This record gives sequence, C-alpha cells and structure tokens, in this order.
Amino acid sequence: MATTDLQLHASADRPESLPIVNNMSIQVATVNGSGSQSSNTVLLRSIFQMGIPVSGKNLFPSNIAGLPTWYTIRANKDGYVARKKEIDFLVAMNPETARNDVMSLASGAAVLYDQPLNLSSLREDLIFYAVPFDSLVAPVCPEAKLRKLVKNMIYVGVLAKLLDIDRVEIEKAIHKQFARKVKAANLNLAAIAAGFDYAVANLAKRDPYRVERMNKNQGKIIIDGNSASALGCVFGGCTVLSWYPITPSSSLAESLIEYLRRFRIGSDGKATFAVVQAEDELAAIGMVIGAGWAGARAMTTTSGPGISLMSEFAGLAYYAEIPGVVWDIQRVGPSTGLPTRTSQADLLSTAFLSHGDTKHIMLLPGSPRECFEMAIEAFQLAEQFQTLVFVMSDLDLGMNNWMSEPFTYPEQPIRRGKVLRREDLERMGAFARYQDVDGDAIAYRTLPGTAHPAAAYFTRGSGHNAQAQYSERPEDYEANMERLHRKFERARSAVPGPEILTESNANIGIIAFGSSHWALAESRDQLRNEYGLATDYLRIRAFPLNHEVADFVRSHERVYVVEQNRDAQMLSLLKIELDGELIARLRSVARLNGLPLDARSITDDIIAMEGK
Amino acid sequence: MATTPTAPKTNRLGLSVLDYRGGKTTLCAGCGHNAISERIIDAMYEMGVQPERVAKLSGIGCSSKSPAYFLSRAHAFNAVHGRMPSVATGALLANRALMALGVSGDGDTASIGIGQFIHLMRRNLPIIYVIEDNGVYGLTKGQFSATADVGSKLKTGVINELPPIDTCELAISLGATLVGRSFSGDKRQLHAMLKAAMAHRGTVMLDVISPCVTFNDHEGSTKSYKYMKDHDEPLQEINFIPAFEDIAIEYDPGTTVEVTMHDGSRLRLRKIEEDYDPTNKVRAITRLNEAKEGGEMLTGVLYVNTQAPTLLDILNLTETPLANLPEEAVRPDPSILEQVMKELQ
Repeated sequence: MATTDLQLHASADRPESLPIVNNMSIQVATVNGSGSQSSNTVLLRSIFQMGIPVSGKNLFPSNIAGLPTWYTIRANKDGYVARKKEIDFLVAMNPETARNDVMSLASGAAVLYDQPLNLSSLREDLIFYAVPFDSLVAPVCPEAKLRKLVKNMIYVGVLAKLLDIDRVEIEKAIHKQFARKVKAANLNLAAIAAGFDYAVANLAKRDPYRVERMNKNQGKIIIDGNSASALGCVFGGCTVLSWYPITPSSSLAESLIEYLRRFRIGSDGKATFAVVQAEDELAAIGMVIGAGWAGARAMTTTSGPGISLMSEFAGLAYYAEIPGVVWDIQRVGPSTGLPTRTSQADLLSTAFLSHGDTKHIMLLPGSPRECFEMAIEAFQLAEQFQTLVFVMSDLDLGMNNWMSEPFTYPEQPIRRGKVLRREDLERMGAFARYQDVDGDAIAYRTLPGTAHPAAAYFTRGSGHNAQAQYSERPEDYEANMERLHRKFERARSAVPGPEILTESNANIGIIAFGSSHWALAESRDQLRNEYGLATDYLRIRAFPLNHEVADFVRSHERVYVVEQNRDAQMLSLLKIELDGELIARLRSVARLNGLPLDARSITDDIIAMEGK
Repeated sequence: MATTPTAPKTNRLGLSVLDYRGGKTTLCAGCGHNAISERIIDAMYEMGVQPERVAKLSGIGCSSKSPAYFLSRAHAFNAVHGRMPSVATGALLANRALMALGVSGDGDTASIGIGQFIHLMRRNLPIIYVIEDNGVYGLTKGQFSATADVGSKLKTGVINELPPIDTCELAISLGATLVGRSFSGDKRQLHAMLKAAMAHRGTVMLDVISPCVTFNDHEGSTKSYKYMKDHDEPLQEINFIPAFEDIAIEYDPGTTVEVTMHDGSRLRLRKIEEDYDPTNKVRAITRLNEAKEGGEMLTGVLYVNTQAPTLLDILNLTETPLANLPEEAVRPDPSILEQVMKELQ
C-alpha cells in the first residue's frame, strides 16, 4: 500500500485525539429500490453545504429492485472527487453483501451496521457501530409499508452524530429533496432525529473520521452530467429530440424533456420543440437525420449498443453531409456488457462509425460544466460542418452527482452554417449542393420548403457529383471524398482544443480525456508529492485531434495515455494521427473493470513503468 | 375563358405540367413505377401543389429511385434501405409545412423496413406513403419479397411458399387514416386516390400493384399486368372534388359515400360493392381477409378517417416550422439559466 493510504488509515486503537478531518470515503451498501438514493443525496448535499468538496458515486445493478447497490460519498478538503479505492466508513444495510463488504475493508475502517447482521465478530481490526434500525423506524413511521424506505434515512441521523454533520444543513437538504412534499419531509426528519438521538445515547465515537465546516463550495452547484448536458441542449437551441431508452443515457433525454417543457413553450402555449420516443436507435438517428436535413437542431442520446445500431445511418449523414448531434453516454461493452457501469470504450467504433471511409467529429466532455458547453458547441459544429457530432460522455460523468462551477450563458449566437435562403438564390440564380464555392470544403445547402425553383437538390447516400446528381464517375467520387477529407481536416482547428497543465522541468507527459480527468488530477499530486515525479498534463477535448497534441508529445520524453478501456483506444487514435517518431514515446495506462477510475491505480501503473 | 388554344395549360398556381416533371427515368420500359410517377405528376399539377413545398422521400430499390423522375423542383431524400419512415418523420418535425411524399417498394417496406413502416402507421404522421408493389426485388435481380402471394412463381420456377404481408391490413389496424390499394395500370382510380391523398391530413398508405416487367410479369405471377386485369375487384368508382373547384354535382347517398376531407375537398365513392363502408375499420380488415380467401385483389379506398389527430397535433407543435424559429424562440433568456443555477446550489 502506498504511503498516503497508510496515513489515512488509523488503526483500531488510534487515540481519539488525532481526528481525520474532511478526508474520508463513506460507502453505503443497500438493496436497490429501497429508497437509499434519497438518503445518500441528503448526506451528499449536507456535506456540500458545509463547504467541503464532495462527490457521490452510485454503483448500481442492472435491475429494478432487490439487487445490491453501493453508494460512495467522498469528502475531501483538497478537492479530490474521483473514486477512492479504499473505503473509510461503511454503512452496511444489505444482508446479502455485508460479509464481503466488511471483509474487503482496510484495517482501521469504521462500520455502521444493521444490528441483526451481527457483523462485529467478523474482524477485530475495525470499528463497529450497531444500530437496531427496525426498532428505531417503527415509532417514527406508523405506516408499515413505508418503513423499508424510511429505515434508510435513519443512518443519515446516526452519521450526522458520528461524523459531526451539521443538522441544520441536513434539514436544508431534506427540504430540498422533498421540496413540495411536506409530509414526506417531516417523516424523514423524524427518522433522522431518531438515528441521531440513538447515536447520542448509545454510540461512543471511536473512529477518527469527522467533517468540519470549510468554505470551498461558494457559488458552486451540484448536478449530474446528464442534466448538465440536457440544459446545454436547451440553451443550444435544440428543436428535435428522438431517442430510444437505454441506460445510462435515458436520464439525459428525460431531463431534457423536463427542461423543454418548462422553458420552451411559447407564448401561444405551443411547443418550440418536438420529442419522439422512437421504436429503436435506427429510427432515432433516422429522425435526427431527417430533421437535420430539413433544418432543425436535432439530436439523439444513446449508449454503445445504440451507437452500433446507428452505424449505417451515420455513414449516410457523413456522406450526404447532414448535421445532427449524438450523445453517447458510454457504458461497458462488448455487447450488453455491464450496462450500469462506466467506460470510455466506444472511442474507436464511434470515430469511424459506418462502412467505407467514414470519420466523425467527437467531443469529450470532462465535467458537467463541459457537458453544458459542449452540448451547445456540438450543435454549432454540426451545422457549421454539416455532419454528425458525437458527444462522448460516460456513465460516471452522466449519472453521478458532481460539484461544479455554475454554468455561464452562451456568448456566441446560434449559427446555422451555410444555408441559402430564397433571397440568396434570387441573387445567385443557381446553386450546386456539393460545390466548394469558398474553398473551405464546406458547400452551401438549402432546406426543403425553400420557395425558389432552384432550391431543390437530391440528397442520397449513393455516389454524387457537385450538383448532387447520381454519379459513378471515378473523378466525381474522388473529388467528393477528397473534399470531405479536407472538411474533416478543417474541423481539427475548429473543435475545442486541449487543456494543458504544466509543471516546471517535467519531461513526462500525461494525456487523458473525459471523466478520467478527476482521478488524473489527484494522481499527478501523488506522483509529485510521493515520488517527486513532475508531470505535464494534456486533456484531449475533441477528435480530430488538435495540432497542440502533437506538439505536446514532441516536447516530452515519455507520454502516458490514460483511459478507461482495455485496448488503449485513444492511444490508437494518437497512433493514427501522429508521426512514427512520436508514437514511440507513447505508453498506455488503459484500465477497465466497470468502476470509475481511481488515482491510485494510475499512479501505481505509471510508477511501475517508470521503474521506480 | 379568354385563353388562346396555343397557350400552355396552367393550374391554379399558374404552373404548367412541365413544372412538375422530373429527370428521365432509368427504370425498365413498361415498369409500373413509371406509370405511378406520371400519376403523381398529374395529380400534383391538378391539385395545384407548390412543388417547392413537397419533400420526396424514399428508401432503396427500384421504387425508391423513382422520386428522381418527378417533381425536380422539390427536395428529395433517398435514405437507407427500409428507413425512409424515420427520415420522413424527422423532416416533418423540423418543418410541418412540408407535404411529405414517401415512395417505397415491397422489399423496402415489408421486409427490411417493416419495423419503421409499422411505427410510421401508428403515429399518423401527415405523409403520403406509396408502396410500388411488384412482389420482387428488382435491383438484385428478381428474388421474392414479403408481399409475394403463396403459390406465385418466379421466372426461375421457384414457388413462394410463405404467406404475404398485407401492408393495407397492417396500415388500417395500426392507425393510418387513409388506406387504399390500386394498380399502376388503372390510371383513373390511382389518379383520384392520389388527389385525395394530397387533401388528407394524416398518414395515407397506398399500396399500388406495379408489375415488374423484367422479373415478375410472366404466367404464374400474381403481380403481373395480366393477373391484375383478371383479378382486380374495385370497391368503388372514385371521384375527387378539390375544395378549390366549387362544383355541385348531385349524388345518390344510397349508392355513393361522400367523405369531406380536412381541407374541404370531397371524396366521392360510388359503391360497386354495395355494403362496403370505408369508415368502418373492423369491416375493412374483415373484407380484406375475405378477398384474400377468395383470391380477389380488392382495390379502391379501403379505409378513411378524417378526424384522428396526427403526430403533429399530439406534439402540440407551434405553427412556425421548428427549422425557421429565430434564436429568441429557441434559446431561453439568461435569467432562466440563473434561476436553474440557483436551484442547483
């Protein structure tokens, strides 16, 4: 075990005088469908409201009710919000997993458990707190069928006492959670009080973990990536959403629908948007393409299996040059894979989705704020380049709660790209759909319904010339494909550039992207503080790769490419785009087991490869 | 009228029939699809449809090539095989002012596209969906499609053993609101049905038997010109009176059903089969099945419902096409973002 973890893990007989403040990871093990999500959100929010950096990660099964679920809350004064490997405080509510959960803890950890589970005999090097949840819940919740849910709120009260969580903040969090449901709020507050009072009367504090008010969250918000993306779509002027339910993307569509209904009904009471739940992902992308062709800002949201189904249509959109936005909230494949676990393993299949020479623009958001911004940017790029733009989020980013700076209103107006209107055609007389008039490889288009006899053209996925006529002539095919290639090259400098963080004298570089960022930020601190290894860091934010990526690799002896997949997919994209001499500098840190990436794993891998 | 006999004939928009023409067909001489293209041109011309208002959509196959052969002044989208319905749906969501005309084939609809076809019918999207139905795959040289009848014989002697999918029966039971079957060789009937289609608001599904002269027009085929001439059982004699032609002609309600279309046009069906009521869904499906048992090919207006809400109604879409909404209509004010940020604090 590495040094920092040793200092975090007190042994069971550690004196109470050495508390560990604002640095812990709490894991709540429950059964899904038991209402623990509310309890965990209240815990998370209370700590957040105390000004302590915090994150919450839900590890849930592909199931409606009855299977084990774990929720991990990490509070960290230094702002580390990635998953931490070690659990400091376990709340064991699930009989099915309790034994394993306890056995996998590091020495010195604390366990709060449901008394009948009888866990304290399992190990001697842990600190146990037993709570008789069933006898506590009965008096506060007369309605027997609600007890299963309310029971989970009791541990919030117990933790409030054991960890010093401010009860005023808990009360605030409860009122936020049960905004207009006064009865539910009161019931839950009573449960919390019962837990708190029990702890006061019966549990002597023996573990070192506690929280203390800080001031690190001023102005911040808590949001999940999918809601952030949805909000971005609303402000990006999305007018058509077609989607097919698939975890972990459904909540993006659902929160988008909610926001659209709230904010996008015109003064005439009519909707300025259309949402269709399609029959499958083929239809979902087909509708996006039809709508994009006819001038809407259209999008769909899906995950890996949906991306696979969209393959044929993606090629059509590329070749016929039709704008549209596709969100891929990545989960673990291949096939059905682990549908409720996170990954970054759709990069390669999406970058070149479809048969023939096809390639697509991908945006890689790393935070909820970037989900918001890239939602807007994706529409701009799609219409500018008349092509599909894929936004590659993931389950960890999309479905978990994150702290974030508030989002800022878009500065750029909505740009519809090169669209000729009737007036333009009157001036020009004629127009050729795929003619590179401006020398930038982007041709002008017209929208169906444009009231001018010269407006129409024939859109097809078969070979076509500059006039959009059917053509099998070799020269026409080559010229068109060469222009499409030039167009893609132009996108290289138009897509969001990388974010680069440097330290002095670092000759080692790290490249990462998306939600891996948070583990990476922590890992760089570990490398520096524990091993004296300074690193520079480049976070890729889009494909095709910006020229700065090659410059970054050129200026470092070795570059570690960190990603959440088995096959080093980003490294493969780098190999395609970089010169041979630079490729030799790349090293892979590619890991995927279904859990969000943690800093320690990156650090250990890099140190091993550095031979330290 | 003070027109000279040499002046070109024009419709109510002042357009001549030439304004509705398309490119030169590349289909086989005598292909039923070419006759259908001609009927579309005539009907569009006579109905005075602004060609630029039309969006032509198709999938893949011989039939799906045909939008290139009519209405050059309308935008067209030749999508992927069997997936035209979703593209058409998207296009209409983006611009509700378009008149969508989808052209598909029996392979494109009843095999690879059956899923999208079914869901299109369910949504009652305002679209005219024409199946140019010849029972075979032409471009891949004459394999059976899923509308081929049991016992129908290919040129190679292969006999079809599997029951056909009846696209009309499906369309009626799933929610299409104007469903008919016709024959590319019946100029008068198809012409009237296409005009009614253009006046209808909702999904129009027309299955038009359109013989393939190269692969399926021989003895033993049930989709040949000869077979159709021998077995065609028209349900009605169809007259269509557009709203803009204010002609009052007497009719006998005992022998004729009159349907008033959404735009005020009148579809007048003089009954050949006396007790057929095209507004009765259950009866329509039963009659189709009876015809199947009896080896008849029923043609005419099988079902019509002018009252059902369309997908656009259900979505409560604003009148302005979504594609044309200005920024202020689709990007909420900064105060809205501030409000949401406050809620999330």
